[in-house]
Amino acid sequence: MSVPATNLVTINVDGRDYQVPVGMNLIDALELFGLEIPHYCYHPKLTVAGNCRMCLVETGMPMKDRQTNQIIIEPDGRMKIGWGPKPAVACTTNCTPGLHVRTNTQVVKDCREGVMEFLLINHPLDCPICDQAGECKLQEFATDYGRGYSRFVEEKNVKPKRTLLGPRVMLDDERCILCSRCVRFCDEIVKDPVLGFIDRGSYSTLTCYPGRELDNNYSLNTVDICPVGALTSTDFRFKMRVWFLKPAPSICTESSVGVNTEVWSREGKIYRVTPRDNNAVNDCWMSDSGRELYKSVESPLRIDFFAVDNGKCAADKALARATELLKGGSVGYIGSAQSSLEEQFLLWLLVKTEAGPVSFVNHPGKGDGLLISNDATPNLRGAFLTGLLKELPKTNIDDLRRKVESGAIKTLFVVHEDLAALGFSDDLLRRTQVIYLGTHANLTSDYAQVVLPGLTVFEKTGSFVNQQWRVQRFFQVVPGPAGTAPDIQVLGQLLARVSGNTSTAPTPEAIWQQLVASLAPLSGWSWESIGMQGRVLDASAWVHVPFPEGKSKHFDPAAVTAVKAG
Amino acid sequence: MNLSAKTTQYIDNLLPRYPQKQSAMLMVLHAIQEDQGFLSKEAIEWTAQKLEVGPMAVYEVVTFYPMFRQAPIGRRHVKVCRTLSCALRGAYKVCDSLQHELGCGLGETSADGNYTIEFVECVAACGSAPVVMVDDKLHENITPEKAPDFAAKIKKETTPLLPPSRH
Amino acid sequence: MPVSERRIIYRHIDEPGYTLDLACYQRHGGYEVLRKAIQRKPEELVQEVKDSGLKGRGGAGFPTGVKWGFLDRKSGKPVYLICNADESEPGTYKDRQIIYKDPHQLIEGTVLSAYAIQAKLAFIYIRGEMFGGFKILEQAIEEARAANFVGNNILGSGYSVDIIVHRGAGCYICGEETGLIESLEGKRAYPRIKPPYFPAVLGLYQCPTIVNNVETLCQVKHVLDMGGKEFAKIGVAGDSGTHIWGISGHVTKPGYYEIESGKATVRDLLYDFGGGPPVGRTIKAIIPGGVSMKILRMGEKFKVKLPDGSPAEWAVLDIPLDSNSFAQCGTSLGTSGMIFMDDTTDMVEALANLNAFYAHESCGQCTPCREGSLWLKKITARVCSGGGRMEDIDLIKNIADQVAGRTICAHGEAVAWPCQSNVPKFRDEWEGKIRAQIHAREHPDGATDHARTGLRLV
Repeated sequence: MSVPATNLVTINVDGRDYQVPVGMNLIDALELFGLEIPHYCYHPKLTVAGNCRMCLVETGMPMKDRQTNQIIIEPDGRMKIGWGPKPAVACTTNCTPGLHVRTNTQVVKDCREGVMEFLLINHPLDCPICDQAGECKLQEFATDYGRGYSRFVEEKNVKPKRTLLGPRVMLDDERCILCSRCVRFCDEIVKDPVLGFIDRGSYSTLTCYPGRELDNNYSLNTVDICPVGALTSTDFRFKMRVWFLKPAPSICTESSVGVNTEVWSREGKIYRVTPRDNNAVNDCWMSDSGRELYKSVESPLRIDFFAVDNGKCAADKALARATELLKGGSVGYIGSAQSSLEEQFLLWLLVKTEAGPVSFVNHPGKGDGLLISNDATPNLRGAFLTGLLKELPKTNIDDLRRKVESGAIKTLFVVHEDLAALGFSDDLLRRTQVIYLGTHANLTSDYAQVVLPGLTVFEKTGSFVNQQWRVQRFFQVVPGPAGTAPDIQVLGQLLARVSGNTSTAPTPEAIWQQLVASLAPLSGWSWESIGMQGRVLDASAWVHVPFPEGKSKHFDPAAVTAVKAG
Repeated sequence: MNLSAKTTQYIDNLLPRYPQKQSAMLMVLHAIQEDQGFLSKEAIEWTAQKLEVGPMAVYEVVTFYPMFRQAPIGRRHVKVCRTLSCALRGAYKVCDSLQHELGCGLGETSADGNYTIEFVECVAACGSAPVVMVDDKLHENITPEKAPDFAAKIKKETTPLLPPSRH
Repeated sequence: MPVSERRIIYRHIDEPGYTLDLACYQRHGGYEVLRKAIQRKPEELVQEVKDSGLKGRGGAGFPTGVKWGFLDRKSGKPVYLICNADESEPGTYKDRQIIYKDPHQLIEGTVLSAYAIQAKLAFIYIRGEMFGGFKILEQAIEEARAANFVGNNILGSGYSVDIIVHRGAGCYICGEETGLIESLEGKRAYPRIKPPYFPAVLGLYQCPTIVNNVETLCQVKHVLDMGGKEFAKIGVAGDSGTHIWGISGHVTKPGYYEIESGKATVRDLLYDFGGGPPVGRTIKAIIPGGVSMKILRMGEKFKVKLPDGSPAEWAVLDIPLDSNSFAQCGTSLGTSGMIFMDDTTDMVEALANLNAFYAHESCGQCTPCREGSLWLKKITARVCSGGGRMEDIDLIKNIADQVAGRTICAHGEAVAWPCQSNVPKFRDEWEGKIRAQIHAREHPDGATDHARTGLRLV
């Protein structure tokens, strides 16, 4: 995150001047420059608690002459600084002009060593069995700022261990440092005040009201923000040490909110999904239901083969048969709002080459006003942008089905949808020539003449357009099953064969060169220019479309009427 | 919730006096505890509804403040101050003596259900140390020498016919 | 010449025939100050309090007029006055006498102060253990309301204020002003971080709030009665008025004595008022102001500056009873509850007693106090039960140093100061005791209980 250019003031930290936004929290301000003030309880998205006392630093302000109200200047030209008699917590300090901070004095070192020692005296020796190891703030700060040895020889406090706080969250009270981040999160972000501290003093214990659980759909965020291993994910428990995991940036496909995610994998297997920071979309949160979606990658229903007439075959044969069917005319298309923008673009090129009616299916979601919207697909707007859609899709495809029944349409190119669920009878399904591109088997793929394997969002690279008309990129985390290829390659090859144009564009960057040239709102863009926080496009062309989403965090449908290009 | 009409009336009169309902928390809990002898789970949830807060907010408070208890105690609540001024004048000896005389362990309820003996922290009567509170009354100058007589007095007052302690 | 009390606040405490009812209070001139003051401008009353130099009597000794001046008047939010009647500092019992024996003085002081700061509503937060006091105060308020001294349109002035008596439930930390505010809001008594939650700006319900001790509010009545400048003449410069000294511990006549600030010494308090130590014993140590203040060892000498600037040296008994004098001796007057310990006292056990208190009362919000207080308790308990090590002596002091000044509220200092003063000043006792314990552990045959000398304190 770079320093915003407006309203800067000068503060001095350890003898050096820094320009920071006025009023900004000191911890956040120093992070802009890569300077760390160690802290536990402070979190930029929650109210300030100030209880861990790890962020104690020395602060001072220039002293003013009582009579003249002028700043006193020392003989060497520097301002005379009145340092506070006690260290102050940085988390309640806002940057004001002239603020002086010292973080490298003996006093601050003593404070940090002291707090570290206090935090560790009742802490259990759980590192070998604690999931937090490797990303634990106690470990990190003990190494960086701790004394390195313990003086505690008394009996440690005993508290409940490994209790199920909720269906997805495990609580180990002995590890808890009582920072109250989880309590504040449930109170302030989710508005479900189910967590709290009972008892008093060093016996204070985090718990849920007896009989209730931490079961809201954002409970796993408490695991993310817990600085220690007190709150851990039951799904991830004991599965993998975090230092073996590689994170890759992705986008949650649960809904059109387009929550930014981090997907962690090792050797081709995904172990967990966590939120990725994006202050314009999801802050640093995501839903529990969104995290589960990675489990669809390893499913017995995965389509990891090419097939013609129910027989697995080489890609070449399947593509050839599909080309044949498409060239046969009377084609209808069913696109998917699960597809990436690049895939939808290639589909549009295909439609232009071999024309036919295009349908999408509306998948309504249950918006919760937070990070799940009323649209359960990540990229409906991509379909509008590419021109595949002019109006909102319905939940049925009756029009298209009638055309198939009447014989006006003989071949259907179906992406990711199940015709059986859309009212196609078994009989009709058998009679129709279907080319199916998708990730998981269903009745449609069972009956399809040609089956082309698709990849999940975790196995390919591309972009989605979310409810804010923000284009956001996702990157491949794990390779797809052996023998498969990203959808854009499959579609690209199909397009090449159908159009006779042999040149294909197998990478997102290359497709973007075409996208930018064809679609006016993307004029001047590039794949790189989207950045890692996404980029909003000019959506004035679709201002009249009554999209179904209501309010979410960082999204108000009423404000969309004046969307500017990013 | 089997609160007496008097208690319910008291709480209903009390709530509107406070600018915010949650403020009345301690007073409501005191009233319920005096009525029922302790604060049950039902009482906690009743209070939560009455004050329009989540039950966790009430539960947090009940476990924080030592005067609130979640289980019944003996008929007579004997509280011996253990902080410095009283300790300097023999509070620990007084407590031992009372435990012996009343047949009750420290922090426990006696087998006959008549007494509960606890240490408490300074009750702000240091000039007449050692002090002992029994139910809601303060008893001053209960020295180790006087402790056996004091215990006898408590026992005499606590005949089985006396209604259960309500404090 | 023996010093005598100057009973201003305590004029009628224990007076034969003085009863709690309004009629008695009025016979003795009660509510006359209110009658006159409520016709004056509130700002004038605040100025009187500023002129008086009155310092708060709750332990921190902050100038009351200055505190009132911090109130945020710009936001337009209602102002609240809270009387801190949560007297819980061990060794202190002065407010109890006022509440139980002269409640109307407190009521009048509360209404006067509420009027001066233009409070919308006043609370008296009384500790839960004072069952009787609660009833007495409620009764007194009802009497006052019936006579138009509390409630609507007081004495026809147009000013209205009600007083709600609110009971605590057994927490020392509710005596901390922001802890009290949280408790009054119906929550766990977690003190607030300052900045930004200064009560005068963001107090009760995030509105400007003043929290004053019981005795302070009573002192306000007398300030307004005689005028601020006259009040300032009582006592000494920098500490005007009287202090109510409650003495306890090893003295012949424990009790409460109202003494003009600076006009008597510790010696006077011990001998003239307290009747001296128990027969056959000598005083070894005193804690001047409630147990949170640093302990003084008899035999210590302090190099000080007298009010005229000249240097002097005081023994403990020489210290005048005013805040500046105690400050010069490295401790504090605090709540003026002096505890005397004689030569039979095991100083290690005394500290263990206090550490157990602070560990029990720590609210648990911030790391140093929460963990440090319990750790200190465990160490001193271990030493008292015979398991002491020589390194524990420095360890205790070191842990206390890690707590003081690093916490959200002053409970950190309260945890630390007894350790930081007891251990260095009585090091010989600690070393002797622990050495004996080590010896007993190494020679388990026939060794007597070397854990404790004197009375059991923990």
